[in-house]
Amino acid sequence: MAFYDGLFDTLGLRDWCDGAGDGGPMTMAELLAKSSGRTAEEAAADPTPLLQTPFPSLDALNDACPAVTRTRDMTDGVENAFLAIKDPLKVVLDPITQPLSWALNGSLEMFQAIPWFVLIPLLGLLVWVASRSAGLVAFVIGSFLFLGFIDHYVYAVQTLSIIFVCTLICVALGVPVGIAMSRSDTMQRATIPVLDMLQTLPTFVYLIPLIFLFSVTEPKLYGIAIILYAIVPVIRLTDLGIRLVDKDVIEAADAFGMSDRQKLWGVQVPLALPNIMAGVNQTIMMSLAMVVIASLVSAPGLGVLVLRGIRNLELGVGLVSGFGIVLLAVLLDRVTKAALSRINVSQKA
Amino acid sequence: MTETPIISIKGLYKIFGKDPTSALPLVTSGMGKSELLEDHGHVLGLRDINIDMAPAKITVIMGLSGSGKSTLIRHLNRLIDPTAGEVIVSGEDVLRYDEARLRRLRQETMSMVFQKFALLPHRTVLQNAGLSRRVRGEDQETADREGAKWLDRVGLGGNHAQYPHQLSGGMQQRVGIARALASDSPIMLMDEAFSALDPLIRTDMQDLLLELQNELKKTIVFITHDLDEALKLADHLVILKDGAIVQQGEPQHILLNPSDPYIEDFVSDINRARVLRVRSVMQPFHVNGHAFAGTVDSNATLESLIEISGGDTSHCYKVADDGRDVGILEMKDLVRALVPSRPGNDDGPAPHA
Repeated sequence: MAFYDGLFDTLGLRDWCDGAGDGGPMTMAELLAKSSGRTAEEAAADPTPLLQTPFPSLDALNDACPAVTRTRDMTDGVENAFLAIKDPLKVVLDPITQPLSWALNGSLEMFQAIPWFVLIPLLGLLVWVASRSAGLVAFVIGSFLFLGFIDHYVYAVQTLSIIFVCTLICVALGVPVGIAMSRSDTMQRATIPVLDMLQTLPTFVYLIPLIFLFSVTEPKLYGIAIILYAIVPVIRLTDLGIRLVDKDVIEAADAFGMSDRQKLWGVQVPLALPNIMAGVNQTIMMSLAMVVIASLVSAPGLGVLVLRGIRNLELGVGLVSGFGIVLLAVLLDRVTKAALSRINVSQKA
Repeated sequence: MTETPIISIKGLYKIFGKDPTSALPLVTSGMGKSELLEDHGHVLGLRDINIDMAPAKITVIMGLSGSGKSTLIRHLNRLIDPTAGEVIVSGEDVLRYDEARLRRLRQETMSMVFQKFALLPHRTVLQNAGLSRRVRGEDQETADREGAKWLDRVGLGGNHAQYPHQLSGGMQQRVGIARALASDSPIMLMDEAFSALDPLIRTDMQDLLLELQNELKKTIVFITHDLDEALKLADHLVILKDGAIVQQGEPQHILLNPSDPYIEDFVSDINRARVLRVRSVMQPFHVNGHAFAGTVDSNATLESLIEISGGDTSHCYKVADDGRDVGILEMKDLVRALVPSRPGNDDGPAPHA
């Protein structure tokens, strides 16, 4: 006799309940009750005390009325629903996201195809162009030589390649979205909850449907995971940056008859650039953080080593690769910040 | 004013708030600013503004902060749209303009100088000065040539490659003026253009503006809260209070015949000797056997005459304009004109201007 039997009886739903059959496979609770040797009659003999009233959850109601679905069936239902829309969704998403796989693979191959003695000076040159700081160039080159020396060079380059592609895509998608947000309050109101969700949702939660949607061996799986996580700051700061542009300057642009496009590219975006660059910096940092988690779904790079350290309890491997990631983070941060401060100096209002 | 006005504002109202059109009848039927705000939550910006601005003259719109003067000037190039009324520029109603025509008006007919300079911080001084040309789609070379020409004219020949933040406030505003002049527009709007500058620089800039105006003959609409500045620059002075015009006319005339206690208050602190001119206090020329102590120009300030006379109030001067005798100035009249007229004390000299 279950606690809520009386409820269904008084509502006159008994026939509906009993007509539904046995209510599916036995649950663990039922199994335990059975193994304890008590029969249903014995259980019915001593009614549940009021203080132990069970919460009227799906499972508790199912005890009294088999027609009510159990929680287990409910999650099964969600799963089936997802699997049902998976295939049509895939037809749409696969072609759209395929270029991401190509970009990630292509970039990985390119970065690894360039010999180390070419790539390291090239990176140094890039840092010089961005920051004009000899110290920073030395730091970057030194870091890569060190990583090479401890045989982590290939992993580091793989990580760098993934970040490179994901950051480019984040900027390519995020800046236009940010611009659209800055121009329309409605767009801003609609987008901010999505951004909040992307930032708060634990990564693993959206990894699960992604794994079902795409195969684990496809690079776009981790590409999407990284981009979803890392795109938020560049969108937010583009929006903020454009909204913060001095109203007087905008008014002057209007007063001289600039068209919307002239205003956007000639005034708003250049003046928002420091904020946009700060967003890019944050995006890079967040993709780096995500690269480690993405190694769970076959992203190559230093994350794989960290994962190996966790999985096999190889403390040394984990610590050294972790240090490699920190090193990458520091140098990416320094380089983007140096580039940012150069922009800031040239347009201090 | 006998000339056809180049800008003509007719029955202009501006109400800020959620539903300005529904609040408009209240205002036209005479509801005051504070009442409108308290009972209906709307802010009265401008009330029944009618101004005719003559070409090639400086029209100064003066008022304290909150009087609606900056709102008013923004109606001329429609940075703000009115609730009711007309703004007619060279015979065309600006309010009927579509987006593209309005942009052309702003690019070609009106340029603007701002209180806070509003230069593009990421562009060099030269690029800023040539802005209007570049906006219009003219080539780089023309833009730079025109920009450089006007920068040289306002005295910034050597600063072309600098960025605005490297210049002082006065120099930045010179760039702002060069930027406006480089567009070659017949109308220039100046929104408190000199208010952010310190007094000495401000005087410099006023002199620069008058000097340029002598040569260029633009129609200038100048906004200020400073009466000295207004009197120095104005050909036509409009005084605003709480969004409505209190008095408008020739500045000398307003100074000698304030129509309202508000304006009397305003003009009472002015150094009248420096502002008033001989033509405003002289009497018509007539031969009466006076012994003239000398001849003065009708546009001389009273201050300069006091200096000439050495403070002797018994003299009498002949007033000449372009070599013609136009009037007689008794020093006694001059001295009396220096005292602001008060209610009940209205025996000042009859204004002639």
